[in-house]
Amino acid sequence: MEQKNAKGWLYLLPAIAFLGVFMVYPLVDVFVYSFEEGYNSASQTFFGVGLYNYSYVLHDPYFLQALKNTFLLVIITVPLSTGLALLISVGLSSIQKLKDLFQTIYFLPYVTNTLAVGLVFMILFKRTPYTDGLVNLMLHWFGAGPIDFIDGPHWAKMFVLCFYTIWVVMPFKILILTSALASVNQDYYNAARIDGTSRSRIFFRITLPMISPMLFYLIITGFIGAFKAYSDAVAIFGTDLNAAGMNTMVGYVYDMLYGDSGGYPSYASAAAIILFAIVLTITCINLMVSRKHVHY
Amino acid sequence: MNYDAIEVRTRRRERLRKGFTYFCLVIWALMVLFPFYWMLLSSLKSYSAYNSEYVPRFFTLSPTLQNYTDAFTAVPLARYFLNTLIFTLATTAIMLLVITLAAFAFARLNFRGKDLVFTFFLALMMIPTELVVITNFVTITDWNLRNTFPGLILPSVTSVFYIYLLRENFAQIPDELYYAAKVDGTSDFKYLLRVMLPISRPTMVTITILKVIECWNSYVWPRLITDDANYFLVSNGIQEIRENGFGRENIPAMMAAVVVISVPLILLFLLFRKKIMAGVSRGGTKG
Repeated sequence: MEQKNAKGWLYLLPAIAFLGVFMVYPLVDVFVYSFEEGYNSASQTFFGVGLYNYSYVLHDPYFLQALKNTFLLVIITVPLSTGLALLISVGLSSIQKLKDLFQTIYFLPYVTNTLAVGLVFMILFKRTPYTDGLVNLMLHWFGAGPIDFIDGPHWAKMFVLCFYTIWVVMPFKILILTSALASVNQDYYNAARIDGTSRSRIFFRITLPMISPMLFYLIITGFIGAFKAYSDAVAIFGTDLNAAGMNTMVGYVYDMLYGDSGGYPSYASAAAIILFAIVLTITCINLMVSRKHVHY
Repeated sequence: MNYDAIEVRTRRRERLRKGFTYFCLVIWALMVLFPFYWMLLSSLKSYSAYNSEYVPRFFTLSPTLQNYTDAFTAVPLARYFLNTLIFTLATTAIMLLVITLAAFAFARLNFRGKDLVFTFFLALMMIPTELVVITNFVTITDWNLRNTFPGLILPSVTSVFYIYLLRENFAQIPDELYYAAKVDGTSDFKYLLRVMLPISRPTMVTITILKVIECWNSYVWPRLITDDANYFLVSNGIQEIRENGFGRENIPAMMAAVVVISVPLILLFLLFRKKIMAGVSRGGTKG
């Protein structure tokens, strides 16, 4: 092929320009911000360079609360949603009738606006002076007392958030796992059946190893996604997450940047870098674990 | 032991297992559908009927469309809708242009530094938005682009992942076509428009749909960059409605707004079901 230096770069120019301004420069800048102490966004001045922003963030009770919430959310939702998605996908691939219908229904949450549907969840769980809400009505059938899920104890709020998060992330996981299951070579199953292998043995010795790459892909992206949770929490508890005690790490970053407690890009940067470091560490651990257990 | 008994028992167990599978699948289907049913139901109840139900009812005998009129008159829902439409169309259109040109350069043109730039692009895929949003917010503020469409649109018009996806697609088109076109004296740009794009149409459609979904649901960036309700997108609009629209907890009207916001994407999904699901399993991430 002939060399077309100028032309090649010309075609790339828009992409490079946008990526440079909105991706590469910010990436460098966020580190710069995080080390500038006492940065004032109005006068664009700062006092010195150091680790004060990190120390401030790590001692901020709101950040620690956000850290705790995020870790809880990750630890609860990632295994639960992945396990549940696996069960549902295995069920889905064992049937023929109505399979398409089920798949379509299961995918619906993916195409809905997180904020909008979160409002519905809030109403289902919320207690108001007029009504205890539908979920409390159901609890009442089983003799359990009314619980205020939206303004009540922390565990109740955490439950709603986890429930909604799982509801939101399930479509993607079910879709990926169903197509992974469908691509397993049927010969393995036929061979196992001829040998009279039991169902559970087939599942653990054939199905699980065959879909393990996709399963680990889902676990890794699930961890990353759950660490970045934010919109789900806003949808249920409103924009003032600190007051609700339900802030997440990403929420903390945005609150530091903008909003009632905002105007501190340095603190926001430090928090974002801490978050990124955590996500990177967890992803590396995941990859190391997967190298041992995944069969490619 | 007779064979028939064993056979009957196996068949019964098989039927039981199947029944249990369907039961579980139906339960999850209900879990997914119920919030949708509830929002539709609540949006059809009148304000007074809704608030007089201490024990919520699962149906309504006197549906009303009043809430939908309220949703469009009491809050600027139409405005939010229009903004989202402009934002979605403009972002998607500009992005398609940018990524097509870039993917073409990577797949078809030969120039010095190509491999280096491509590797660099791939490395950028790992950067989370959360990390760059801080500076972008400052940049857009410095450029006085807050509460404007360019401010909303510009930071999200490139996607390294889609460039990569499209490049892979372009690279599969046989070189012979290119040489044939060259012999006929076709320019590179014309070749891109007339040959490569039509061949890659399925991928382009997938990317478009995924981007439209992403735009329609985007919340964080618009929230940072707009505080003037005239530039709110639907996500921010719904948050605004929840926090100070409709006065005293008019939940039926809120639900009407939620229905109106959810319908376009659900329709899009039902129309392009196969395409969307194939596209998401190839390149979507959420959660």
